[in-house]
Amino acid sequence: MLILEHLWIVPLLPLLGSAINGLLGAKWPNKFVTGVALGSTGLSFACALEAVREFFAGGQAPFRKEFFDWIIAGNFRAGFDLQLDQLTVVMVLVVTGVGFLIHIYATGYMAHEGGYYRFFSYLNLFMFFMLILVLAANFALLFVGWEGVGLCSYLLIGFYFLRKSAADAGKKAFIVNRIGDFGFMLGMFLLFRAFHSLDFKTVFDAAATWQPDAMGRFGTLTIACLLLFMGATGKSAQLPLYVWLPDAMEGPTPVSALIHAATMVTAGVYVVARSHVLFTHAPTAMYVVAIVGCATAIFAATIGLVQPDIKKVLAYSTVSQLGYMFLACGVGAYGAGIFHLMTHSFFKALLFLSAGSVIHAMGGEQDMWHMGGLASKIKVTFWCMLFGTIAIAGFAPFAGFFSKDAILFAAYQSENSGKALYGVGLLTAILTSFYMFRLVWLTFFGEKRYDEHHVHVHESPGSMTVPLMILALLSLVGGWFAAPALWGGPNYFADFLAPVIGNAEAATGGATHSLELTLSIVAVLSAGIGLIVAWRMYSGKVTRGTYTGLSKILYNKYYVDELYQAMIVGPLVWLSRNIFWKVVDVGMIDGSVNGIAHGTEAVGDTVRHTQSGNVRSYAVWVIIGAIVILAIVFWPLWRPAFFVASSGGVR
Amino acid sequence: MVPTNYYLILSAILFGLGIVAFVFKRNIITLFMAIELMLNAVNLAFVAFSQALGKPDGEVFVLFVIVVAAAEAAVGLGIIILTARNRHSLNVERVNLLKL
Repeated sequence: MLILEHLWIVPLLPLLGSAINGLLGAKWPNKFVTGVALGSTGLSFACALEAVREFFAGGQAPFRKEFFDWIIAGNFRAGFDLQLDQLTVVMVLVVTGVGFLIHIYATGYMAHEGGYYRFFSYLNLFMFFMLILVLAANFALLFVGWEGVGLCSYLLIGFYFLRKSAADAGKKAFIVNRIGDFGFMLGMFLLFRAFHSLDFKTVFDAAATWQPDAMGRFGTLTIACLLLFMGATGKSAQLPLYVWLPDAMEGPTPVSALIHAATMVTAGVYVVARSHVLFTHAPTAMYVVAIVGCATAIFAATIGLVQPDIKKVLAYSTVSQLGYMFLACGVGAYGAGIFHLMTHSFFKALLFLSAGSVIHAMGGEQDMWHMGGLASKIKVTFWCMLFGTIAIAGFAPFAGFFSKDAILFAAYQSENSGKALYGVGLLTAILTSFYMFRLVWLTFFGEKRYDEHHVHVHESPGSMTVPLMILALLSLVGGWFAAPALWGGPNYFADFLAPVIGNAEAATGGATHSLELTLSIVAVLSAGIGLIVAWRMYSGKVTRGTYTGLSKILYNKYYVDELYQAMIVGPLVWLSRNIFWKVVDVGMIDGSVNGIAHGTEAVGDTVRHTQSGNVRSYAVWVIIGAIVILAIVFWPLWRPAFFVASSGGVR
Repeated sequence: MVPTNYYLILSAILFGLGIVAFVFKRNIITLFMAIELMLNAVNLAFVAFSQALGKPDGEVFVLFVIVVAAAEAAVGLGIIILTARNRHSLNVERVNLLKL
């Protein structure tokens, strides 16, 4: 029980790496920086593995330890408390494992970039905060990680800060997240008010004894859950706060893979799954989660259909897949949601890194209309990308098939308009398959649409391709935990998570597994439809064409950015400029400060004439002053003599 | 025995005369004498109270005042002589270099 007892080591190692690289790395050659960055994350991964091994050796008993008190005020306590249970095990392994692979990849990808040490300092800092987030045993500490990853996201999106679009995208991400975090904090306050604690165990144990809010009734739990979910919509890019994620692609590609696909954006899903006790007691909130997730899934998928930028397609795909995870949580299938979180982190990290490899090969080109016919030139990247695509499209036996299937099955069985949710989910699956194969065809097949004299297509170095291959393997086998369930066997993943978040799937039992099998076949068929349509449309000779009608709306992302600009940003800027700046700041604040100065000057200008330099006039002032002081001092003594006839004389 | 009130009234009259002289006269030496007059008016009040209360405190104070007045006379006369030498005048209104 060596590591488990000192669980703080796992997050501390990346923090150390970040500090060393950030403080000393500027003068070091890249080799040392690489060593520190990979060493700290690799060690952290090893420690996490050892901790998990000890966790299993200890009979999977939930581990929880209070390392030190952080805030104590009255009966409120927020400590540096870490915990490790089944849910955390999945998250920690995903964060450290995928994070480590992406670190390796980044050493190759960023090798020729300026600010190499700065990049890895930020990336390690991100790992630290993300580990705090998933290991925290109370809401307050979770919020530290929550805000920290937001900060790192901001820093890394704006990594190329000399480019205005990157700096703007960073600010956009930070500000949009702030809106969500506002809700999250209110949710925490409400929970503390209701349960007098922010500790997970205390809150959830107390909430479990509460009467669930009836559907449509807004009790404390419903409101608290909706507020927490508001935070989740910001962090996990759901409607209506998803707008920052596509812009976040301004950051370097490893960042997109690590933060904006595999780990940070799944934090919202994690919080919902972690707080499942609260959500289960608030059916209205769950319904909202399901609806928002479902709507986001199809909304983002439709935008992804026509985007020309390879990373933008993947960004909208991420938003869409996160919608799936929330759909799963919303219908009570938390296990399926976490399962999809895990498999998604494998194949989406793979897709992003492959896209990065393509961009690397093309010398920075991101527009798919300027690619084509790359399959034979960068074989490894092509095969890895294909694996990721098949996995996300949901073909058996790849990872995405099992997790997406579990979500659709759970949605189908949901009592609250489950069939509609299932229908939308299935439609999204078709769209997903379509836009992903469109991406593959445009990028790797067809004729070359780039100038071969200027672009020297080359395969990426081993430090980039090896992580790709590992992730490709994980994208293939990552879902096999659930495979036996297809023919009526146990679902190892769901069973593993059951002690923490219950087993919604198990309740329906084996009686419906023929139904599940049917739905699986339907899902694969729908993925096939997407594949065939994409093949018909994009194989052979393709031209960019012009966007008209619906595709124009999709190409412009439903004009949501423009809408937000007109509805929120514009009025805010107008208000700030014309009211807060020109009236409040210039008129009232500057006016009062300058007014005091002017007033003082005017008074001084008048009064200075008493300084005549004439000794006798000073003497007059002294005398007048003396008389006034004497009057003040003696007035109370004289008064009775003047006004009270009977008392007579000085008291 | 003369009532204490009389001494005090006399003292007040002398002090008032000193003030009036200080404010309305222009000759520096006259002003100087006015100051002496005010100091001695205060001295008179002190000894009157000392007598009335039967305590020596007031008389001690008077001695102090006389010492200070002597010191002040030494310094003041020095200033007056310098002023007279530099300006060839004893008019206090000519001494106004401190004016803004």
